[in-house]
Amino acid sequence: MTPRAEIVHWLFASGFLLLGMLLLAEAIVGYDVWRKRRWRTYLWPSLAFGIGVFLWPVSVFFTNSTLHMVAHASWAETAMIAGAAQLALARGKLHSRWWTLAVSVSMAVSGLAFLIHEQNPWFFSRAAFLHHALGWTVLVAAIFPIGQTLRPRAFGWNVGFAMTWVTVAVLLFADRDLAPIFGHLSPLAGAPR
Amino acid sequence: MDTELVGTLEERTARRTPRAVAIEAIGPITMLGGVIWAIAQPYRLAILHPHGKGFYDWVGQAPLLVILVGVFFAGAMAPGIVEDLRGER
Repeated sequence: MTPRAEIVHWLFASGFLLLGMLLLAEAIVGYDVWRKRRWRTYLWPSLAFGIGVFLWPVSVFFTNSTLHMVAHASWAETAMIAGAAQLALARGKLHSRWWTLAVSVSMAVSGLAFLIHEQNPWFFSRAAFLHHALGWTVLVAAIFPIGQTLRPRAFGWNVGFAMTWVTVAVLLFADRDLAPIFGHLSPLAGAPR
Repeated sequence: MDTELVGTLEERTARRTPRAVAIEAIGPITMLGGVIWAIAQPYRLAILHPHGKGFYDWVGQAPLLVILVGVFFAGAMAPGIVEDLRGER
């Protein structure tokens, strides 16, 4: 009765897609308009925190190796830390804008977790490719929250941060349990399904 | 000229700033992406290919999830944001 990994990834992809769209909307209209309705300020940090919470059952029930479990748990932790820091900033419990760097650190740790726990090369299978692509995307994109900390209202940093999550969503939606990538599939990976 | 009509046109013009257009476009573009995916890979939809599909296949129909996210944004988020943009002017 457990779902296939690809279905779990698609469900999370939906969450990341919504996260990216919310951040993109905030970047387009600007911070002042976005804050006109107080609840909107809490929306994306809550979503990030919620994604972290839902990653815990995935870590415990739906992973098939210790390495996978540790990787998923690290994503759960970092998503919750990043979301919590942003929630505290939105609520006024934290005041220093430097707390935005918590998002950057979380993304760097998440990206490294992707890259470290993928043991196979890029073209081993679709999943291996996506692990590498996701890892480098999130790791390189960790620069965006740094930019947001230094220049919080700069359009480029905010759009870059938003599009990072849209990209993550697209990559997760591209996941299949076992499929080739650009025509490559290692015989060691097994038969496509 | 009917002042009510003029007023409505002014409101519409005010609403159609580039930023408002961009906000209103996010949802439909996302929905379009889901529809194109559904057309390209109809076998991903349990609705169209129900034979042999389990519970999770019905829950996780990826193109439908994309469309649903777009519908949510267009219906629940975009109108309020555009209204606040108009208020700012």
